[in-house]
Amino acid sequence: MKVWRGALWGFAVTVAWARIGSLVQQAPAGVRNRTNPLAADAQARRAGRKLYARECQSCHGPRREGIGKAPPLNSADVYRALPGALFWVLRHGSLHQGMPSFAHLPELERWQVITFLLEVKETSAATR
Amino acid sequence: MLDSRSKPAGVGSLCNMAAVVLVVLAARPGWAGENPFFITYTHQMEEPRNLEIASKSVTGMPADGNRFWGEATEFEYGVRGWWTTEVYLDGQATSSESALFTGYRWENRFRLLSHEHWINPVLYGELENINGADKSLLEVVNHDGNKDLTGANGQTRSEKKREIEAKLILSSYYRGWTIAENFIAEKNIRHEPYEFGYAFGISRPIGLLARPDRCSFCAENFQIGVEMYGGLGTHDDFGWHGTSHYVAPTVAWTVAHGTTLKVSPGFGVTETSARFLFRFGVFYEIDQFGRSVHGLFHSPGGRR
Repeated sequence: MKVWRGALWGFAVTVAWARIGSLVQQAPAGVRNRTNPLAADAQARRAGRKLYARECQSCHGPRREGIGKAPPLNSADVYRALPGALFWVLRHGSLHQGMPSFAHLPELERWQVITFLLEVKETSAATR
Repeated sequence: MLDSRSKPAGVGSLCNMAAVVLVVLAARPGWAGENPFFITYTHQMEEPRNLEIASKSVTGMPADGNRFWGEATEFEYGVRGWWTTEVYLDGQATSSESALFTGYRWENRFRLLSHEHWINPVLYGELENINGADKSLLEVVNHDGNKDLTGANGQTRSEKKREIEAKLILSSYYRGWTIAENFIAEKNIRHEPYEFGYAFGISRPIGLLARPDRCSFCAENFQIGVEMYGGLGTHDDFGWHGTSHYVAPTVAWTVAHGTTLKVSPGFGVTETSARFLFRFGVFYEIDQFGRSVHGLFHSPGGRR
């Protein structure tokens, strides 16, 4: 009986996990194609770095490596993400997964953070 | 080697307390990106595991009364992304009278919707155990007004106020603006009527774009706004009649190292209101306080 209960519980957790997926994947299709008005802006990238240190670093780490439950932001999942999807994640967060909403930041500051987060992706594309 | 079980009772907990104080002193300051309000709540919750320590002061000189200084020291902790808890310790000092501790409050805020919407509701519940001499003025309900600030401390301190307070907080962000409305219902646990009040606030950062360099006096660090708050009577005497209302412009300046300063002059707009209240506050945020404390008591190996 205990085995069955354990298996059922494990199945439920797996289904729930598959449904949640990564936060970036939860962004609705309609918002993913929003373009970053500050993309490739060197000033915005530096400002984004400052905002990252201020708002995100305590959970995601100084090198975006992730700490504890907070996922790494230097991952392919983030680099592959469309700016609109990242903007959606910053606006909404996921309160139940521990990611706060950053809707209190002005829109342009959120785009600055995204410019910084996608910095490595753009740098590596330029060198190819 | 000393076995912790052989320590005298109390020594262990003293060590634990000292360790927590050390965490507070050594912790990395967070960015207390505060809205400028003193009375009005928005749907912005404390970040999970962050601790904010704040001092909210108000001073005024009521008609036919002595100048006073009310103080509320706040400890706000982010339990979950959707749940913030706070403890307030209240006190006051009145000129030509005395200074005294007036009680404590424990409040909890629960964000109801997990995503951001046009209007974002938050439920607020508070238990108050204060006395009649309390002058922290963290909300105005019923017919609260100038007359409540003129009683002698020696008499008002004997009045016990054990109250339950609920608020419905609705707020929105729109193009850099923060707009928030609070509806307040308060009930003394004894046989007294429900009392009502409201608060409304609107604010905006002066700068909507961060500068690339570190700065203290740049526009992005300042928020300006105005809030209105007042009483709405009781359930059997509901309305504006005989209630007090205030209009208060307010400014918040987030300086480096996690500290925010707020200032707000408030003007009473009805006869029953205090004519002028001056509020000022200092807010200090500690990043990941909960994680640091947890780390103190739980070694990586899982044994203490």
